[in-house]
Amino acid sequence: MTESWRQPRRLLMAALGALTVFYLLAPTLVIIPMSFTEASIMSFPPEGFSLQWYERMFTDRQWSSGMVNSLEVAVLTAILATVLGTLAALGLTRGRFPGRNIVNAIALTPLIVPVVIIAIGMFSLFVQWRISGSLLGLVLAHTALALPFVIVNVGTSLRTMDRNLELAAANLGADPRRTFMRITLPIILPGVLAGAIFSFITSWDEVVVAIFLTTARFRTLPVEMWEQVRQVVDPTVAAVSTTLLLVTTVLLLLLLVVRRQAPAR
Amino acid sequence: MKVERPGRLRGPARDRWAVLVLPALVFLVVFFLAPLVTMSIRSITDPPNAGLSNYTEFFGQDANLRALRNTFWIAFLSTLTCLLIGYPYAYLMTIVPGRVAGLLLIGVLLPFWSSLLVRTFAWQVILRDTGVINTFLLDLGLISEPLTLIRTTGGVIIGMSHILLPFMVLPMYAVMRRIDPEFGRAAANLGATPSAAFLRVFVPLSLPGVLAGCLLVFVLALGFYITPALLGGLRDQMISQLIVDEIQQALDWGSASAMAVLLMAVTFAFLFVASRFVHLRDVFGSAVEE
Repeated sequence: MTESWRQPRRLLMAALGALTVFYLLAPTLVIIPMSFTEASIMSFPPEGFSLQWYERMFTDRQWSSGMVNSLEVAVLTAILATVLGTLAALGLTRGRFPGRNIVNAIALTPLIVPVVIIAIGMFSLFVQWRISGSLLGLVLAHTALALPFVIVNVGTSLRTMDRNLELAAANLGADPRRTFMRITLPIILPGVLAGAIFSFITSWDEVVVAIFLTTARFRTLPVEMWEQVRQVVDPTVAAVSTTLLLVTTVLLLLLLVVRRQAPAR
Repeated sequence: MKVERPGRLRGPARDRWAVLVLPALVFLVVFFLAPLVTMSIRSITDPPNAGLSNYTEFFGQDANLRALRNTFWIAFLSTLTCLLIGYPYAYLMTIVPGRVAGLLLIGVLLPFWSSLLVRTFAWQVILRDTGVINTFLLDLGLISEPLTLIRTTGGVIIGMSHILLPFMVLPMYAVMRRIDPEFGRAAANLGATPSAAFLRVFVPLSLPGVLAGCLLVFVLALGFYITPALLGGLRDQMISQLIVDEIQQALDWGSASAMAVLLMAVTFAFLFVASRFVHLRDVFGSAVEE
Protein backbone atom coordinates (compact mmCIF):
# COMPACT_ATOMS: atom_id res chain seq x y z
CA MET A 1 0.00 0.00 0.00
CA THR A 2 1.54 3.25 -1.04
CA GLU A 3 0.34 6.06 1.11
CA SER A 4 1.59 9.00 -0.81
CA TRP A 5 2.17 11.44 2.03
CA ARG A 6 3.47 8.77 4.34
CA GLN A 7 6.32 7.60 2.18
CA PRO A 8 9.54 9.56 2.47
CA ARG A 9 11.88 10.55 5.20
CA ARG A 10 10.73 7.89 7.62
CA LEU A 11 14.03 7.90 9.43
CA LEU A 12 13.99 11.66 9.81
CA MET A 13 10.48 11.53 11.25
CA ALA A 14 11.42 8.78 13.69
CA ALA A 15 14.44 10.78 14.84
CA LEU A 16 12.31 13.89 15.24
CA GLY A 17 9.75 11.95 17.26
CA ALA A 18 12.39 10.44 19.53
CA LEU A 19 13.97 13.85 20.04
CA THR A 20 10.62 15.40 20.94
CA VAL A 21 9.82 12.66 23.45
CA PHE A 22 13.27 13.27 24.90
CA TYR A 23 12.53 16.99 25.17
CA LEU A 24 9.18 16.26 26.80
CA LEU A 25 10.34 13.71 29.35
CA ALA A 26 14.07 13.91 29.99
CA PRO A 27 14.34 17.32 31.68
CA THR A 28 11.86 16.33 34.38
CA LEU A 29 13.54 12.97 34.93
CA VAL A 30 16.90 14.65 35.61
CA ILE A 31 15.54 15.59 39.04
CA ILE A 32 15.04 12.01 40.20
CA PRO A 33 18.69 10.80 40.42
CA MET A 34 19.63 14.13 41.96
CA SER A 35 17.35 13.44 44.92
CA PHE A 36 19.50 10.45 45.92
CA THR A 37 22.79 12.33 46.10
CA GLU A 38 25.18 12.13 49.04
CA ALA A 39 26.44 15.65 48.46
CA SER A 40 24.73 18.66 49.98
CA ILE A 41 24.38 20.44 46.67
CA MET A 42 22.51 19.28 43.61
CA SER A 43 24.77 18.08 40.84
CA PHE A 44 24.45 15.87 37.83
CA PRO A 45 25.52 13.12 37.72
CA PRO A 46 24.84 12.78 41.46
CA GLU A 47 27.52 11.64 43.89
CA GLY A 48 26.99 8.36 45.71
CA PHE A 49 23.63 7.19 46.97
CA SER A 50 21.70 8.20 50.04
CA LEU A 51 18.16 8.59 51.24
CA GLN A 52 19.01 11.45 53.57
CA TRP A 53 17.00 14.03 51.59
CA TYR A 54 13.89 11.87 51.78
CA GLU A 55 14.50 11.41 55.50
CA ARG A 56 14.80 15.16 55.78
CA MET A 57 11.57 15.66 53.86
CA PHE A 58 9.66 13.37 56.21
CA THR A 59 11.21 14.66 59.45
CA ASP A 60 11.55 18.39 58.80
CA ARG A 61 8.47 20.06 60.26
CA GLN A 62 7.91 22.47 57.37
CA TRP A 63 8.18 19.84 54.64
CA SER A 64 6.20 17.15 56.43
CA SER A 65 3.35 19.42 57.44
CA GLY A 66 3.34 20.71 53.87
CA MET A 67 2.85 17.18 52.63
CA VAL A 68 0.03 16.47 55.06
CA ASN A 69 -1.67 19.74 54.15
CA SER A 70 -1.34 19.02 50.43
CA LEU A 71 -2.85 15.56 50.82
CA GLU A 72 -5.76 16.86 52.87
CA VAL A 73 -6.54 19.67 50.44
CA ALA A 74 -6.26 17.37 47.42
CA VAL A 75 -8.48 14.63 48.88
CA LEU A 76 -11.18 17.08 49.98
CA THR A 77 -11.00 18.88 46.64
CA ALA A 78 -11.37 15.60 44.76
CA ILE A 79 -14.45 14.66 46.80
CA LEU A 80 -16.17 18.04 46.57
CA ALA A 81 -15.38 18.58 42.87
CA THR A 82 -16.46 15.05 41.93
CA VAL A 83 -19.83 15.34 43.69
CA LEU A 84 -20.62 18.82 42.37
CA GLY A 85 -19.22 18.07 38.91
CA THR A 86 -21.00 14.74 38.44
CA LEU A 87 -24.36 16.26 39.38
CA ALA A 88 -23.73 19.18 37.04
CA ALA A 89 -22.69 16.89 34.19
CA LEU A 90 -25.92 14.88 34.61
CA GLY A 91 -27.97 18.06 34.51
CA LEU A 92 -26.10 19.48 31.54
CA THR A 93 -26.18 16.36 29.36
CA ARG A 94 -29.70 15.19 30.21
CA GLY A 95 -31.53 18.44 30.79
CA ARG A 96 -32.99 20.79 28.19
CA PHE A 97 -33.43 24.10 29.93
CA PRO A 98 -32.91 27.74 29.04
CA GLY A 99 -29.46 29.03 29.93
CA ARG A 100 -27.83 25.63 29.52
CA ASN A 101 -25.20 27.02 27.16
CA ILE A 102 -24.37 29.81 29.58
CA VAL A 103 -23.89 27.31 32.40
CA ASN A 104 -21.71 25.24 30.08
CA ALA A 105 -19.57 28.30 29.37
CA ILE A 106 -19.28 29.22 33.06
CA ALA A 107 -18.25 25.66 33.86
CA LEU A 108 -15.28 25.95 31.49
CA THR A 109 -14.09 29.47 32.40
CA PRO A 110 -11.79 28.34 35.24
CA LEU A 111 -9.64 26.76 32.50
CA ILE A 112 -9.45 29.97 30.51
CA VAL A 113 -8.88 32.80 32.99
CA PRO A 114 -5.17 33.20 33.81
CA VAL A 115 -4.53 31.61 37.16
CA VAL A 116 -2.80 34.67 38.61
CA ILE A 117 -6.01 36.63 38.13
CA ILE A 118 -8.06 33.89 39.78
CA ALA A 119 -5.56 33.87 42.63
CA ILE A 120 -5.67 37.57 43.46
CA GLY A 121 -9.45 37.74 42.97
CA MET A 122 -9.99 34.92 45.43
CA PHE A 123 -7.37 36.28 47.81
CA SER A 124 -9.06 39.68 47.90
CA LEU A 125 -12.49 38.25 48.67
CA PHE A 126 -11.45 35.30 50.86
CA VAL A 127 -9.58 37.66 53.17
CA GLN A 128 -12.81 39.57 53.73
CA TRP A 129 -14.65 36.30 54.36
CA ARG A 130 -11.89 35.25 56.77
CA ILE A 131 -11.25 31.96 54.97
CA SER A 132 -7.89 32.91 53.45
CA GLY A 133 -4.98 30.96 54.92
CA SER A 134 -7.25 28.09 55.92
CA LEU A 135 -7.83 24.55 54.72
CA LEU A 136 -11.42 25.44 53.84
CA GLY A 137 -10.44 28.42 51.68
CA LEU A 138 -7.91 26.46 49.65
CA VAL A 139 -10.27 23.51 49.15
CA LEU A 140 -12.98 25.85 47.84
CA ALA A 141 -10.49 27.53 45.50
CA HIS A 142 -9.07 24.27 44.16
CA THR A 143 -12.56 22.84 43.70
CA ALA A 144 -13.42 25.74 41.39
CA LEU A 145 -10.27 24.98 39.35
CA ALA A 146 -11.00 21.24 39.25
CA LEU A 147 -14.72 21.35 38.38
CA PRO A 148 -14.25 21.65 34.58
CA PHE A 149 -12.25 18.41 34.51
CA VAL A 150 -15.03 16.48 36.26
CA ILE A 151 -17.83 18.03 34.20
CA VAL A 152 -16.07 17.30 30.88
CA ASN A 153 -15.07 13.73 31.74
CA VAL A 154 -18.38 12.66 33.28
CA GLY A 155 -20.21 14.47 30.48
CA THR A 156 -18.33 12.40 27.90
CA SER A 157 -19.18 9.17 29.71
CA LEU A 158 -22.85 10.15 29.85
CA ARG A 159 -23.05 11.10 26.18
CA THR A 160 -21.47 7.85 25.02
CA MET A 161 -23.49 5.49 27.23
CA ASP A 162 -26.42 3.50 25.89
CA ARG A 163 -29.53 5.05 27.38
CA ASN A 164 -31.65 2.04 26.44
CA LEU A 165 -30.20 0.32 29.50
CA GLU A 166 -31.85 2.96 31.68
CA LEU A 167 -35.14 2.60 29.82
CA ALA A 168 -34.99 -1.15 30.27
CA ALA A 169 -34.43 -0.77 34.02
CA ALA A 170 -37.32 1.67 34.24
CA ASN A 171 -39.57 -0.68 32.28
CA LEU A 172 -38.66 -3.47 34.64
CA GLY A 173 -39.97 -1.35 37.47
CA ALA A 174 -36.88 0.35 38.89
CA ASP A 175 -37.52 3.84 40.22
CA PRO A 176 -35.23 6.65 38.99
CA ARG A 177 -32.95 6.50 42.03
CA ARG A 178 -32.51 2.75 41.73
CA THR A 179 -31.92 3.06 37.99
CA PHE A 180 -29.22 5.63 38.64
CA MET A 181 -27.45 3.67 41.38
CA ARG A 182 -27.63 0.28 39.68
CA ILE A 183 -27.33 1.16 36.00
CA THR A 184 -26.13 4.69 35.24
CA LEU A 185 -23.54 5.12 37.95
CA PRO A 186 -21.69 1.83 37.30
CA ILE A 187 -21.54 2.64 33.59
CA ILE A 188 -20.20 6.17 34.01
CA LEU A 189 -17.95 5.21 36.92
CA PRO A 190 -14.72 5.32 34.84
CA GLY A 191 -15.55 8.90 33.86
CA VAL A 192 -16.32 9.80 37.46
CA LEU A 193 -13.06 8.24 38.67
CA ALA A 194 -11.15 10.06 35.94
CA GLY A 195 -12.71 13.30 37.12
CA ALA A 196 -11.77 12.51 40.73
CA ILE A 197 -8.17 11.69 39.81
CA PHE A 198 -7.79 14.81 37.67
CA SER A 199 -9.24 16.90 40.51
CA PHE A 200 -6.79 15.40 42.98
CA ILE A 201 -3.84 16.10 40.66
CA THR A 202 -5.07 19.63 39.89
CA SER A 203 -5.01 20.42 43.61
CA TRP A 204 -1.86 18.42 44.40
CA ASP A 205 0.24 20.32 41.84
CA GLU A 206 -1.42 23.74 42.12
CA VAL A 207 0.89 26.50 43.27
CA VAL A 208 -0.19 29.99 42.14
CA VAL A 209 -3.54 30.21 43.93
CA ALA A 210 -2.00 28.39 46.90
CA ILE A 211 0.79 30.99 47.15
CA PHE A 212 -1.86 33.60 47.88
CA LEU A 213 -4.27 31.55 49.97
CA THR A 214 -1.70 29.99 52.34
CA THR A 215 0.36 31.45 55.18
CA ALA A 216 3.59 30.44 56.89
CA ARG A 217 1.47 28.44 59.35
CA PHE A 218 -0.51 26.61 56.69
CA ARG A 219 1.43 25.77 53.54
CA THR A 220 1.11 23.10 50.89
CA LEU A 221 4.05 21.17 49.46
CA PRO A 222 4.27 23.10 46.17
CA VAL A 223 4.18 26.45 48.02
CA GLU A 224 6.92 25.29 50.39
CA MET A 225 8.89 24.27 47.33
CA TRP A 226 8.25 27.62 45.64
CA GLU A 227 9.58 29.44 48.71
CA GLN A 228 12.73 27.28 48.59
CA VAL A 229 13.59 27.29 44.88
CA ARG A 230 13.98 31.05 44.87
CA GLN A 231 16.69 30.80 47.53
CA VAL A 232 19.59 28.41 48.05
CA VAL A 233 18.40 24.99 47.04
CA ASP A 234 19.42 21.83 48.87
CA PRO A 235 18.59 18.40 47.40
CA THR A 236 15.48 18.11 49.60
CA VAL A 237 13.72 20.05 46.86
CA ALA A 238 14.66 17.28 44.43
CA ALA A 239 13.24 14.70 46.83
CA VAL A 240 10.03 16.73 47.13
CA SER A 241 9.84 17.07 43.33
CA THR A 242 10.27 13.33 42.93
CA THR A 243 7.50 12.74 45.47
CA LEU A 244 5.16 15.14 43.67
CA LEU A 245 5.86 13.40 40.36
CA LEU A 246 5.52 9.92 41.85
CA VAL A 247 2.05 10.57 43.28
CA THR A 248 0.83 12.03 39.99
CA THR A 249 2.28 9.21 37.91
CA VAL A 250 0.81 6.48 40.13
CA LEU A 251 -2.61 8.10 39.86
CA LEU A 252 -2.35 8.38 36.06
CA LEU A 253 -1.40 4.70 35.84
CA LEU A 254 -4.40 3.90 38.03
CA LEU A 255 -6.53 5.85 35.59
CA LEU A 256 -5.11 3.82 32.70
CA VAL A 257 -6.12 0.62 34.50
CA VAL A 258 -9.62 1.95 35.14
CA ARG A 259 -9.96 2.87 31.47
CA ARG A 260 -8.75 -0.51 30.31
CA GLN A 261 -11.30 -2.33 32.43
CA ALA A 262 -14.13 -0.01 31.50
CA PRO A 263 -15.51 -1.90 28.47
CA ALA A 264 -15.77 -5.11 30.49
CA ARG A 265 -18.42 -3.67 32.75
CA MET B 1 -28.71 29.99 22.13
CA LYS B 2 -30.91 26.95 21.82
CA VAL B 3 -34.61 27.51 21.44
CA GLU B 4 -36.82 25.65 23.88
CA ARG B 5 -38.04 22.56 22.10
CA PRO B 6 -41.60 21.27 22.25
CA GLY B 7 -40.15 18.27 24.06
CA ARG B 8 -41.10 20.14 27.17
CA LEU B 9 -44.66 19.01 26.65
CA ARG B 10 -43.57 15.47 27.31
CA GLY B 11 -43.66 16.29 30.97
CA PRO B 12 -41.95 18.37 33.57
CA ALA B 13 -39.59 15.50 34.51
CA ARG B 14 -37.03 16.47 31.88
CA ASP B 15 -36.51 19.95 33.19
CA ARG B 16 -35.90 18.70 36.68
CA TRP B 17 -32.42 17.80 35.45
CA ALA B 18 -31.68 21.51 35.72
CA VAL B 19 -31.82 21.24 39.50
CA LEU B 20 -28.72 19.04 39.46
CA VAL B 21 -26.73 21.85 37.87
CA LEU B 22 -27.58 24.28 40.65
CA PRO B 23 -25.02 23.27 43.32
CA ALA B 24 -22.05 23.57 40.95
CA LEU B 25 -23.45 26.74 39.41
CA VAL B 26 -23.97 28.42 42.78
CA PHE B 27 -20.51 27.25 43.85
CA LEU B 28 -18.82 28.75 40.80
CA VAL B 29 -20.77 32.00 41.04
CA VAL B 30 -19.87 32.49 44.71
CA PHE B 31 -16.30 31.22 44.82
CA PHE B 32 -15.12 31.88 41.27
CA LEU B 33 -17.12 34.59 39.52
CA ALA B 34 -17.68 36.78 42.57
CA PRO B 35 -13.92 37.11 43.21
CA LEU B 36 -13.37 38.13 39.58
CA VAL B 37 -16.20 40.66 39.69
CA THR B 38 -15.11 42.23 42.99
CA MET B 39 -11.58 42.44 41.65
CA SER B 40 -12.84 44.23 38.53
CA ILE B 41 -14.79 46.66 40.70
CA ARG B 42 -11.77 47.20 42.89
CA SER B 43 -9.78 48.37 39.86
CA ILE B 44 -11.96 51.54 39.75
CA THR B 45 -12.70 52.00 43.46
CA ASP B 46 -9.26 51.50 45.05
CA PRO B 47 -8.13 54.11 46.07
CA PRO B 48 -11.63 55.57 46.62
CA ASN B 49 -12.98 57.41 43.58
CA ALA B 50 -10.09 56.05 41.53
CA GLY B 51 -12.22 55.95 38.40
CA LEU B 52 -10.01 55.06 35.48
CA SER B 53 -6.86 56.45 37.10
CA ASN B 54 -5.40 52.99 37.71
CA TYR B 55 -5.70 52.30 34.00
CA THR B 56 -4.28 55.62 32.82
CA GLU B 57 -1.39 55.27 35.27
CA PHE B 58 -0.68 51.80 33.93
CA PHE B 59 -0.25 53.06 30.39
CA GLY B 60 1.79 56.01 31.62
CA GLN B 61 4.70 53.90 32.84
CA ASP B 62 7.36 52.55 30.51
CA ALA B 63 8.06 49.52 32.72
CA ASN B 64 4.43 48.42 32.39
CA LEU B 65 4.39 48.87 28.65
CA ARG B 66 7.59 46.88 28.39
CA ALA B 67 6.02 44.06 30.41
CA LEU B 68 3.00 44.16 28.13
CA ARG B 69 5.24 43.94 25.06
CA ASN B 70 7.22 41.12 26.68
CA THR B 71 4.02 39.23 27.42
CA PHE B 72 2.90 39.26 23.79
CA TRP B 73 6.38 38.61 22.42
CA ILE B 74 7.09 35.67 24.72
CA ALA B 75 3.63 34.23 24.12
CA PHE B 76 4.18 34.56 20.38
CA LEU B 77 7.63 32.93 20.44
CA SER B 78 6.38 30.09 22.66
CA THR B 79 3.48 29.48 20.29
CA LEU B 80 5.82 29.43 17.30
CA THR B 81 8.23 27.03 19.03
CA CYS B 82 5.40 24.71 20.03
CA LEU B 83 4.04 24.75 16.49
CA LEU B 84 7.43 23.91 14.96
CA ILE B 85 8.01 21.01 17.37
CA GLY B 86 4.38 19.95 17.74
CA TYR B 87 3.27 19.74 14.11
CA PRO B 88 5.73 17.01 13.04
CA TYR B 89 5.02 15.20 16.31
CA ALA B 90 1.24 15.23 15.86
CA TYR B 91 1.70 14.18 12.24
CA LEU B 92 3.95 11.34 13.33
CA MET B 93 1.25 10.17 15.75
CA THR B 94 -1.17 9.79 12.83
CA ILE B 95 1.11 7.71 10.60
CA VAL B 96 2.67 5.25 13.05
CA PRO B 97 0.97 1.98 14.11
CA GLY B 98 -1.58 2.27 16.92
CA ARG B 99 0.66 1.06 19.72
CA VAL B 100 3.45 3.49 18.90
CA ALA B 101 0.86 6.26 18.63
CA GLY B 102 -0.32 5.29 22.11
CA LEU B 103 3.21 5.62 23.46
CA LEU B 104 3.65 8.98 21.74
CA LEU B 105 0.36 10.08 23.32
CA ILE B 106 1.59 9.04 26.76
CA GLY B 107 4.75 11.03 26.01
CA VAL B 108 2.51 14.08 25.74
CA LEU B 109 0.05 13.30 28.53
CA LEU B 110 2.57 12.42 31.24
CA PRO B 111 4.23 15.84 31.24
CA PHE B 112 0.82 17.47 30.71
CA TRP B 113 -0.28 16.14 34.09
CA SER B 114 2.95 16.59 36.02
CA SER B 115 3.64 19.58 38.17
CA LEU B 116 4.44 22.80 36.33
CA LEU B 117 6.57 23.94 39.24
CA VAL B 118 8.63 20.74 39.24
CA ARG B 119 9.19 20.95 35.51
CA THR B 120 10.23 24.58 35.70
CA PHE B 121 12.54 23.74 38.59
CA ALA B 122 14.05 20.99 36.46
CA TRP B 123 14.84 23.53 33.74
CA GLN B 124 16.38 25.79 36.34
CA VAL B 125 18.65 22.94 37.40
CA ILE B 126 19.55 22.21 33.79
CA LEU B 127 20.10 25.75 32.56
CA ARG B 128 21.76 27.55 35.47
CA ASP B 129 25.46 28.45 35.53
CA THR B 130 26.34 25.41 37.63
CA GLY B 131 23.64 23.36 35.92
CA VAL B 132 23.64 20.16 33.92
CA ILE B 133 24.41 21.68 30.52
CA ASN B 134 27.17 24.02 31.69
CA THR B 135 28.84 21.39 33.87
CA PHE B 136 28.80 18.98 30.98
CA LEU B 137 30.27 21.43 28.49
CA LEU B 138 32.89 22.66 30.98
CA ASP B 139 33.97 19.09 31.77
CA LEU B 140 34.36 18.39 28.08
CA GLY B 141 36.46 21.52 27.76
CA LEU B 142 34.20 22.90 25.03
CA ILE B 143 33.69 26.13 26.94
CA SER B 144 35.90 27.86 29.49
CA GLU B 145 33.19 29.72 31.34
CA PRO B 146 29.50 28.99 31.80
CA LEU B 147 27.06 30.05 29.09
CA THR B 148 24.29 32.37 30.20
CA LEU B 149 21.23 30.18 29.66
CA ILE B 150 19.08 31.11 32.61
CA ARG B 151 17.62 34.58 33.25
CA THR B 152 17.28 35.04 29.50
CA THR B 153 14.34 35.25 27.13
CA GLY B 154 15.59 32.05 25.52
CA GLY B 155 15.40 30.26 28.86
CA VAL B 156 11.80 31.38 29.34
CA ILE B 157 10.86 30.21 25.82
CA ILE B 158 12.48 26.80 26.35
CA GLY B 159 10.68 26.26 29.64
CA MET B 160 7.31 27.58 28.50
CA SER B 161 7.32 25.65 25.22
CA HIS B 162 8.11 22.50 27.16
CA ILE B 163 5.06 23.05 29.36
CA LEU B 164 2.75 24.23 26.58
CA LEU B 165 3.66 21.65 23.92
CA PRO B 166 0.91 19.17 24.93
CA PHE B 167 -1.70 21.91 24.45
CA MET B 168 -0.44 22.30 20.88
CA VAL B 169 -0.18 18.60 20.07
CA LEU B 170 -3.54 17.41 21.42
CA PRO B 171 -5.88 19.63 19.34
CA MET B 172 -3.74 19.12 16.22
CA TYR B 173 -3.75 15.36 16.67
CA ALA B 174 -7.53 15.39 17.19
CA VAL B 175 -7.96 17.00 13.76
CA MET B 176 -5.19 15.13 11.92
CA ARG B 177 -6.35 11.66 12.85
CA ARG B 178 -9.72 12.35 11.26
CA ILE B 179 -8.12 13.19 7.90
CA ASP B 180 -8.90 10.36 5.52
CA PRO B 181 -5.70 8.81 4.07
CA GLU B 182 -7.73 8.19 0.89
CA PHE B 183 -7.29 11.87 0.06
CA GLY B 184 -3.56 11.36 -0.05
CA ARG B 185 -3.92 8.34 -2.29
CA ALA B 186 -6.26 10.26 -4.55
CA ALA B 187 -3.71 13.06 -4.84
CA ALA B 188 -1.01 10.51 -5.71
CA ASN B 189 -3.23 8.93 -8.35
CA LEU B 190 -3.71 12.33 -9.86
CA GLY B 191 0.05 12.62 -10.18
CA ALA B 192 1.02 14.57 -7.08
CA THR B 193 4.45 13.89 -5.62
CA PRO B 194 4.40 12.85 -1.95
CA SER B 195 5.53 16.27 -0.77
CA ALA B 196 2.99 18.00 -3.01
CA ALA B 197 0.25 15.74 -1.66
CA PHE B 198 1.36 16.56 1.87
CA LEU B 199 1.54 20.31 1.30
CA ARG B 200 -1.53 20.73 -0.88
CA VAL B 201 -3.86 18.20 0.77
CA PHE B 202 -2.82 17.18 4.26
CA VAL B 203 -1.60 20.55 5.54
CA PRO B 204 -4.72 22.51 4.51
CA LEU B 205 -6.96 19.86 6.07
CA SER B 206 -4.99 20.05 9.31
CA LEU B 207 -5.29 23.83 9.60
CA PRO B 208 -8.29 23.87 11.98
CA GLY B 209 -6.19 21.86 14.44
CA VAL B 210 -3.22 24.17 13.95
CA LEU B 211 -5.41 27.18 14.60
CA ALA B 212 -6.92 25.61 17.72
CA GLY B 213 -3.51 24.59 19.07
CA CYS B 214 -1.95 27.99 18.44
CA LEU B 215 -4.89 29.76 20.04
CA LEU B 216 -4.79 27.57 23.13
CA VAL B 217 -1.02 27.89 23.59
CA PHE B 218 -0.98 31.64 22.98
CA VAL B 219 -3.83 32.38 25.36
CA LEU B 220 -2.39 30.17 28.09
CA ALA B 221 1.08 31.67 27.58
CA LEU B 222 -0.25 35.20 28.16
CA GLY B 223 -0.99 34.33 31.79
CA PHE B 224 2.21 32.50 32.71
CA TYR B 225 3.76 33.39 36.03
CA ILE B 226 5.91 30.65 37.60
CA THR B 227 8.06 29.86 34.57
CA PRO B 228 9.10 33.42 33.63
CA ALA B 229 9.65 34.16 37.33
CA LEU B 230 12.13 31.29 37.71
CA LEU B 231 13.76 31.20 34.28
CA GLY B 232 13.58 34.81 33.10
CA GLY B 233 15.61 37.87 33.96
CA LEU B 234 14.31 41.24 35.09
CA ARG B 235 14.03 42.31 31.47
CA ASP B 236 11.75 39.38 30.64
CA GLN B 237 9.07 40.32 33.18
CA MET B 238 5.60 39.38 32.05
CA ILE B 239 2.37 41.04 33.08
CA SER B 240 1.51 38.33 35.62
CA GLN B 241 4.74 39.03 37.49
CA LEU B 242 3.88 42.74 37.63
CA ILE B 243 0.46 41.90 39.06
CA VAL B 244 1.96 39.73 41.81
CA ASP B 245 4.67 42.31 42.63
CA GLU B 246 2.06 45.03 42.80
CA ILE B 247 0.23 43.08 45.51
CA GLN B 248 3.08 41.44 47.42
CA GLN B 249 5.50 44.36 47.36
CA ALA B 250 3.63 47.58 46.64
CA LEU B 251 0.37 46.42 48.25
CA ASP B 252 -1.37 48.38 45.53
CA TRP B 253 -4.59 46.48 44.99
CA GLY B 254 -6.07 49.08 42.69
CA SER B 255 -3.40 48.96 40.02
CA ALA B 256 -2.94 45.19 40.39
CA SER B 257 -6.66 44.75 39.77
CA ALA B 258 -6.52 47.06 36.77
CA MET B 259 -3.68 45.03 35.25
CA ALA B 260 -5.59 41.83 35.94
CA VAL B 261 -8.67 43.22 34.21
CA LEU B 262 -6.52 44.20 31.21
CA LEU B 263 -4.96 40.74 31.00
CA MET B 264 -8.39 39.15 31.29
CA ALA B 265 -9.79 41.47 28.61
CA VAL B 266 -6.95 40.64 26.22
CA THR B 267 -7.45 36.91 26.85
CA PHE B 268 -11.17 37.08 26.19
CA ALA B 269 -10.70 39.32 23.15
CA PHE B 270 -8.46 36.70 21.55
CA LEU B 271 -10.89 33.93 22.41
CA PHE B 272 -13.79 35.95 21.02
CA VAL B 273 -12.06 36.55 17.70
CA ALA B 274 -10.96 32.93 17.57
CA SER B 275 -14.45 31.64 18.37
CA ARG B 276 -15.49 32.78 14.89
CA PHE B 277 -13.04 30.29 13.36
CA VAL B 278 -12.89 27.36 15.76
CA HIS B 279 -15.30 25.73 18.16
CA LEU B 280 -13.95 26.81 21.57
CA ARG B 281 -15.54 23.95 23.44
CA ASP B 282 -13.65 21.49 21.26
CA VAL B 283 -10.40 23.37 21.79
CA PHE B 284 -10.60 23.24 25.55
CA GLY B 285 -12.38 19.91 25.59
CA SER B 286 -9.52 18.24 23.73
CA ALA B 287 -7.16 19.50 26.40
CA VAL B 288 -9.00 18.09 29.39
CA GLU B 289 -10.30 14.80 28.06
CA GLU B 290 -8.32 11.58 27.48
